[in-house]
Amino acid sequence: MAYDKFNILTSTAVPLPIENVDTDQIIPARFLKATERKGFGDNLFRDWRYNQDNSPKENFILNNPIYSGKILVGGKNFGSGSSREHAAWAVYDYGFRCVVSSFFADIFRNNCLNIGVLPAQVSPEFLEKIFRAIEADPTTQLEVNLPDQTITILATGEHDNFDINAYKKSNMLNGFDDIDYLLNIKENIREFAQHRPL
Amino acid sequence: MGVKKTLFDKVWDSHVVHHIENGPDVLFIDRHMVHEVTSPVAFLGIKTRGISVMYPEKTFATADHNTPTINQHLPVADPLSANQLKALEENSKKYGISYWGLGHEKNGIVHVVGPEYGITQPGATIVCGDSHTSTHGAFGAIAFGIGTSEVEMVLATQCIMQTKPKSMRINVEGTLGWGVTPKDVALYIISELTTSGATGYFVEYAGEVFRTMSMEGRMTVCNLSIEMGARGGMIAPDQKTFDYVKGREFTPKGEAWEKAMAYWKTLLTDEGAAFDKEITFDARNIEPMITYGTNPGMGIGISHGIPSAESLEGGVATYKKSLQYMDFHEGDNMMGKKIDFVFLGSCTNGRIEDFRAFASIVKGRKKADNVTAWLVPGSHKVEAAIKEEGILDILNEAGFKLREPGCSACLAMNDDKIPAGKYAVSTSNRNFEGRQGPGSRTLLASPLVAAAAAVTGKVTDPRTLMTLETA
Ligand code: SF4
Repeated sequence: MAYDKFNILTSTAVPLPIENVDTDQIIPARFLKATERKGFGDNLFRDWRYNQDNSPKENFILNNPIYSGKILVGGKNFGSGSSREHAAWAVYDYGFRCVVSSFFADIFRNNCLNIGVLPAQVSPEFLEKIFRAIEADPTTQLEVNLPDQTITILATGEHDNFDINAYKKSNMLNGFDDIDYLLNIKENIREFAQHRPL
Repeated sequence: MGVKKTLFDKVWDSHVVHHIENGPDVLFIDRHMVHEVTSPVAFLGIKTRGISVMYPEKTFATADHNTPTINQHLPVADPLSANQLKALEENSKKYGISYWGLGHEKNGIVHVVGPEYGITQPGATIVCGDSHTSTHGAFGAIAFGIGTSEVEMVLATQCIMQTKPKSMRINVEGTLGWGVTPKDVALYIISELTTSGATGYFVEYAGEVFRTMSMEGRMTVCNLSIEMGARGGMIAPDQKTFDYVKGREFTPKGEAWEKAMAYWKTLLTDEGAAFDKEITFDARNIEPMITYGTNPGMGIGISHGIPSAESLEGGVATYKKSLQYMDFHEGDNMMGKKIDFVFLGSCTNGRIEDFRAFASIVKGRKKADNVTAWLVPGSHKVEAAIKEEGILDILNEAGFKLREPGCSACLAMNDDKIPAGKYAVSTSNRNFEGRQGPGSRTLLASPLVAAAAAVTGKVTDPRTLMTLETA
């Protein structure tokens, strides 16, 4: 059991309507020097969030108390760049359990699924609707329903579906991770390895 | 006739231990590379679970991401970096993994040393907690970057769970023009596809341009696959590949070599095999490239102006934010822009061929006074070749110094940081905001463009400095 189970999440959301948010922005390389998984949330979006003297940048969304919640809504191609799982850790440690976008970079999506953050990919039109709803009312509640694979803007009932493969879905619903699965089939792996030349 | 398969299918399918219904494949990993930054939490994970490394002989460790590139004989000053390096050394020792630490003769950037010592082989599956693992695809391997949870899986079980990506073939036909390098080919493709154009795909590069390309060049191209969003990229192995691999420390010898060769020669996409997507480019349309924005897709031929926001299909606000960060303007010409730093190095362009190219331009010239240049070989082996071939003398005469191997300013985890607001022409792979240091501004380019900038102090078309002899 690696992380909390995910079922239905109802929460306000933090909008970040920027495209191509890369993992260097999510967590800059200089904060990757830990040997334990601790405290990454403090440096989430570090250089967008803080000035060089460590004072908060007032115009950045995470520093605006009007916006909060367990859902981060990002622009297209979210999480491109480096394979650092630290980016997903930072998102999780800060308190987000779900990232919504119209498109995710592959490795970031995988990393999220491996640590219990749900990457929910919706249509560009629905993403726009979410952004507009939050802009109009920052207290807008979203419901992310993993069993049904839907996201709903509760005030209006508008909703969209997202894809997740059945195996990953059941992992998230149960809070299991891949390594438990792999350890269970170690004998098959050993057998397979005997026939690999390398 | 059986089913027609792509090169990618052949390698992938032969590594599937188990397929999960409606889920991913359990993929066997032949070679695993680790470095100090993305491995400590994975090692901690197996320790906490009370398990060990299943096949330590299939994992190789090198220190590169946060190592200093001067005075490597001295203790590492930054305590956090020193701590990570110590953790890698201790973990390697504890679990019986080959460890090439700072000062070790085989030390260097993980994707540079893998091929150098024959860890990288055709038909293998290779992973590492670094997205540019795609480099190894140049040998006809399936190679891609993974997250730390997956590093832990490979340590514990030599497998990861992966959904098979879709396949894309990118053909570049024709002959490259003068002064156009593999880096330009890659930056051109990314600028055409955008940074998410190949997301969800694994790419095979094919066509005349890649067939005639050197192994170093193929590594540069495959390295940058991730920058178009692809999981990885690969090129079918050929005689050039086999000649490169032969006789290296970890490649098969004697009878095993013959057997391996017989297999490797089958690693070609079958005639008529289907790809989910196929794109063809004409080599004649590719110029020396340079980027002007904050993602690698924002690149143009060096003689072009910065596109206007209106010409884009969307994302205008993001585009404007990017230009604002760079302090560039729509319509600006890149040529003649003053620069402050030049970085030659990284797993993209830190191999011997890159230093040869750089030297061909700076030879007989002088470094511009306004430029700080960091020339960082990808490994000790590259460093040794630079000295042996007399390249070091050329560099020194032109006023350049050579640093010691490592990732350096590619991700600026060590002291090699470009200061805020400064412009760097870099041969590395990412120009994201702050990638090379908080506030740094990066222009990605080939070693030739970097050399031209280094001697003129501004963005310069290298072709204006090349003679028939250097070409
Ligand atoms: S040189 Fe850059 S891209 Fe390559 S391994 Fe090092 S940090 Fe990663």
